Amino acid sequence: MKIMTCPVNGPRPVSEFFYWGEIRPMPDPDTCSDDEWADYVFNRNGAPGVKKEWWCHSTSNTWFIVERDTEKDMVLRTYLYGEAA
Amino acid sequence: MPWRLLRFGLSKKHPEPRMFSDHPQLKSSYDVVIIGGGGHGLAAAYYLARDHGITNVAVLEKGYIGGGNTGRNTSIIRSNYLTPEGVKFYDESVHLWQDLSEEFDLNLFYANRGHFTLAHTDSAMRTMRWRAEVNKHYGIDSEVVGPDFVKRAAPMIDLSCGGHAPILGALFHAPGSVARHDAVAWGYGRGADMRGAEIHQQTEVLGIDVQGGKVRGVQTSRGYIATNKVLCAVAGFTPRILKMVGIPSPIYIHPLQAMVSEPLKPWLDPILVSGSLHVYISQSARGELVMGASLDPYEVQSTRSTLDFVEGLSSHLLDMFPFLSNVKVMRQWAGMADMTPDFAPIMGKTPVEGFYLDGGWGTWGFKATPVCGKTMAHTVATDTPHSLITGFSLDRFRNFSLTGEKGAASVGH
Ligand SMILES: Cc1cc2nc3c(=O)[nH]c(=O)nc-3n(C[C@H](O)[C@H](O)[C@H](O)COP(=O)(O)OP(=O)(O)OC[C@H]3O[C@@H](n4cnc5c(N)ncnc54)[C@H](O)[C@@H]3O)c2cc1C
Repeated sequence: MKIMTCPVNGPRPVSEFFYWGEIRPMPDPDTCSDDEWADYVFNRNGAPGVKKEWWCHSTSNTWFIVERDTEKDMVLRTYLYGEAA
Repeated sequence: MPWRLLRFGLSKKHPEPRMFSDHPQLKSSYDVVIIGGGGHGLAAAYYLARDHGITNVAVLEKGYIGGGNTGRNTSIIRSNYLTPEGVKFYDESVHLWQDLSEEFDLNLFYANRGHFTLAHTDSAMRTMRWRAEVNKHYGIDSEVVGPDFVKRAAPMIDLSCGGHAPILGALFHAPGSVARHDAVAWGYGRGADMRGAEIHQQTEVLGIDVQGGKVRGVQTSRGYIATNKVLCAVAGFTPRILKMVGIPSPIYIHPLQAMVSEPLKPWLDPILVSGSLHVYISQSARGELVMGASLDPYEVQSTRSTLDFVEGLSSHLLDMFPFLSNVKVMRQWAGMADMTPDFAPIMGKTPVEGFYLDGGWGTWGFKATPVCGKTMAHTVATDTPHSLITGFSLDRFRNFSLTGEKGAASVGH
């Protein structure tokens, strides 16, 4: 069983968490072009790397950030939004 | 004892001819370079030579042919999709499959078993009826059947699925089949080789030379090759290659896992899929149960497999077939599925001239191997997308005109 550390509840089995994708800045829908909006809606960075992702500890509804190497599937850091730059 | 086998033990040289020839050197240029020696890349090389007379072609494979998703999939072949684009495309593929063993003079063990997509809820029944209507409109053998029909085809099934997910009916697709996946890669490989294409294993593409928006060549682990046309058919590696040419895409990678049981006497003829229980199962010619589930829940670009998967799949499988509780799991593995937001592939031309894409095949691309080879060969040879693939272009993610295939592709493959 893989273990993930929730910043509030500590180490828990990864099956208690769900993944919400890489953190990506949203362009302003009122001012951006159609192409910029389509790029935001659909396109993803599918290549491997160390990525910052949204995860949620579902049993406590804690949303937080995970820095993860997506090729080795190794969690490097977890923290609450606004805690670490 | 098969006496022919003794020859392998006694002779010093391998007594069978090789499936395809060895080329110690890469040429300095080719008319077409195909990245990826999976079924799709090899099929494209085959049809480029057979249908278009283009034989100065190199297929570059960083590992060994068929070692990617082609050799990792659970080999379900069917055409009962949801969108008109998908139904027409996969139907053409099923027709190509049916003659393939003879065309290759190689037994692909193409076995027509019949395919059931089980429905456990009213909303699933509604999707099944919708699919059956679309299918029938395009002449595909596809109908909604009741639980008793399912029971006759698979007498060992518990129709109540442990009591919590009773089977209300199913979409039955008589042409549903399985085939021997590596033989498909070898068959296309040998056919392409016989017609003059070169297959280079252990040759990795490291970069693509694009000048003025046009492909000029590829950088490989064995040196530079000049070419004006590159076909990318690398499934789970597609985002890495697209990064080399700077083309943004919606493709993201999640592992898809599978497992097989120890061999059992034949007891299961059809292929069964349950979207609600996240299970699909068929019995191979060797008697092993070939089983899979839905995608892993988060992005990983490797082929690691997990115990969570075996536990989850086994427990759902036992809901359907409680009598399997003492059967042992023999092997498990994973492939990298190149997913798209609408569960349809991405095929055709790209913003880079001479760079053609065959990707976004996710969990459903094995069945499409023949038709992909054929339509991509046409697209590369004529520089115009084949009429069967225009609904799958990369542009659809700029124009907000998706080809929503999720209802037919998510667990069913
Ligand atoms: C567990 C599992 C079950 C599945 N079940 C089904 C099913 O039942 N039915 C179905 O229709 N589909 C199924 N699929 C999907 C199907 O397997 C794939 O969509 C299909 O096989 C893709 O074929 P391909 O030839 O495009 O890719 P692959 O067979 O993956 O070939 C791509 C090749 O490219 C090579 N490559 C990558 N990068 C480079 C590089 N830089 N240089 C050189 N070579 C490179 C790789 O080594 C690989 O051999 C399943 C997939 C998985 C993982």
